Amino acid sequence: MSSPLASKIQNNPKYHHLVQQRDALAWSLSAIVCVIYFGFILMIAFAPDFLTQPISSTSVIPVGMLIGVGVIVASCLLTAVYVSRANGTFDPLTHEIIEEASK
Amino acid sequence: MFIVFVAITLGITYWAAKRTKTATDFYAAGRGVTGLQNGLAIAGDYMSAASFLGIAALVYFNGFFGLIFSVGWLVGWPIILFLIAERLRNLGKFTYADVASFRLRQGPVRTMAAIGSLIVVIWYLIGQAVGAGQLLHTLVPQISYRESIVIVGGLIIIYVTFGGMKATTWVQIIKAGLLLGGATLIALGVMAHEGFSFEKLFSDAVAAHPKHMEIMKSVVRIGDKSNPIESISLGLTLMFGTAGLPHILMRFFTVTDAKAARKSVLYGTCFIGYFYILTFIIGFGAIVLVANNPQYVVDVTKNVLNLKGGGSMPAVYLAHAIGGDLFLGFIAAVAFATILAVVSGLTLAGASALSHDIYANVIMKGKSTEAQEVWVSKLCVVGLGILAILLGIAFEKQNVAYIVALTFSIAACANFPILVLSVFWRGLTTRGAVLGGYTGIFGSIGLLLIGPTVWTKVLGMGPAIFPYDFPTFVVLPAVLIVAYVASVTDHSESAKQERAMFDAQKVRSETGLGAEAAASH
Repeated sequence: MSSPLASKIQNNPKYHHLVQQRDALAWSLSAIVCVIYFGFILMIAFAPDFLTQPISSTSVIPVGMLIGVGVIVASCLLTAVYVSRANGTFDPLTHEIIEEASK
Repeated sequence: MFIVFVAITLGITYWAAKRTKTATDFYAAGRGVTGLQNGLAIAGDYMSAASFLGIAALVYFNGFFGLIFSVGWLVGWPIILFLIAERLRNLGKFTYADVASFRLRQGPVRTMAAIGSLIVVIWYLIGQAVGAGQLLHTLVPQISYRESIVIVGGLIIIYVTFGGMKATTWVQIIKAGLLLGGATLIALGVMAHEGFSFEKLFSDAVAAHPKHMEIMKSVVRIGDKSNPIESISLGLTLMFGTAGLPHILMRFFTVTDAKAARKSVLYGTCFIGYFYILTFIIGFGAIVLVANNPQYVVDVTKNVLNLKGGGSMPAVYLAHAIGGDLFLGFIAAVAFATILAVVSGLTLAGASALSHDIYANVIMKGKSTEAQEVWVSKLCVVGLGILAILLGIAFEKQNVAYIVALTFSIAACANFPILVLSVFWRGLTTRGAVLGGYTGIFGSIGLLLIGPTVWTKVLGMGPAIFPYDFPTFVVLPAVLIVAYVASVTDHSESAKQERAMFDAQKVRSETGLGAEAAASH
């Protein structure tokens, strides 16, 4: 590891800004996924009647199915949120940091 | 159909073999894989024949029973993206042990990581080999179970030894395309038959299924018990287990950079999620079109669900009901391709743990040449291929239901937490990583042995000592505690150095500075 470069980066406030921002986003999105998924699992364990009731009186589709599919769709959407933030904000910032350090 | 697929993949293997010269080519496809390609390959690596035929079959017999598994297998992916995908690409070379041991002592940490990887890979291989043998034998009755396994094992050895990661990646990409395309066609056929109305599909299924309305309610049952601890433990296992599977983690070393790693998870997650939704349509379609049909059912007067050729056939017969013999052949070939792709990825991951971690870094202490390492790796591929064949034959009549629990538990309790700790926690030392890792490996195995699946059902020893199928809810916290205590009480000189190296590691993992570059050719 080229330590002069690395220590230059560590002294750059932008680097700490990047780490802080990315960590905040990554951990809060992870927490959201966990809340959604374990919420679903806890509903299975504690509120099965709610999940098995049909979505309307004329339908056979249970609420639980929509929620399950919803969790799948939500996972894809949250993944997309992270990727767009990372492509739009983190990548340019990382690039700047490395540029500044290699000067 | 089989022959065409095999011919194409062997052609690719030949093409890849000519371009595989260095260790980076062999293990990581020269790091030239794009985000979309890797996304497809991830999907190809992850969507096993068990999930294609298995989830469809679960739905066919029980309705929404399998939903919790599909959802659990998917939610690991966002976690992989948020916490480890990019950092893995920035820090690692060929195996996830590279990352876990980045600033720790190579020998002990790599040995632990390689043992964890190998146990997961070998058991996963047994499950796949048994499934492959049964499937091929059912689809083509002229080929016996043993011959099927030997064919699969032989093909894998050829793909992986000659074509390395390049051939493996392309086999996975083609398979993912075939599987997604095939499943889409079946689902479209089902929906066309039902006038593109989900309401009609589900009410027809309720009418056709002997359990009637019950199939729409089984979403809430896990086995016969609705035990909150068991549900949470299952959830933890599926979610974090996905994020600790060595053959999945290995895919992130094949892409050009962290950005491609990130994109590939987005593509992969969407493909896999889409595929799981399709398997539900397929399962319900099978209830409407396959059940009650004397062409597929053993005896309609007795049991309208009981299929000729066994319980994994609903999706295959549905293809026949929709598109006749030609489409049946196509779907059968897809299922076969699926097994080959998953087994190739597993074999390569196992071989890399043996050759890159154990041989090159532990035994030779990094002094072996690349050529030697690749050579050892190829030997390991042959060895693992033969082992898979032998174990596949040995386990033919065994109950292999505990395999998913075993592999995912170890991945969730050993591989995943140690990886995350080494990347995010400055305080982790070699002692913490090794003791924590072994707690995860042996804790999982031990509790599974005395749990209901192995103790009661496989060994027949009576009521289980440990009453839960999935031990993750006990073992995962234990691993974290052991790793924490063993690290903070470690005041040795080397531990101080390891903590001091964290900042440099962090710079590299966050910015990609110094990360392994893509091969130029």
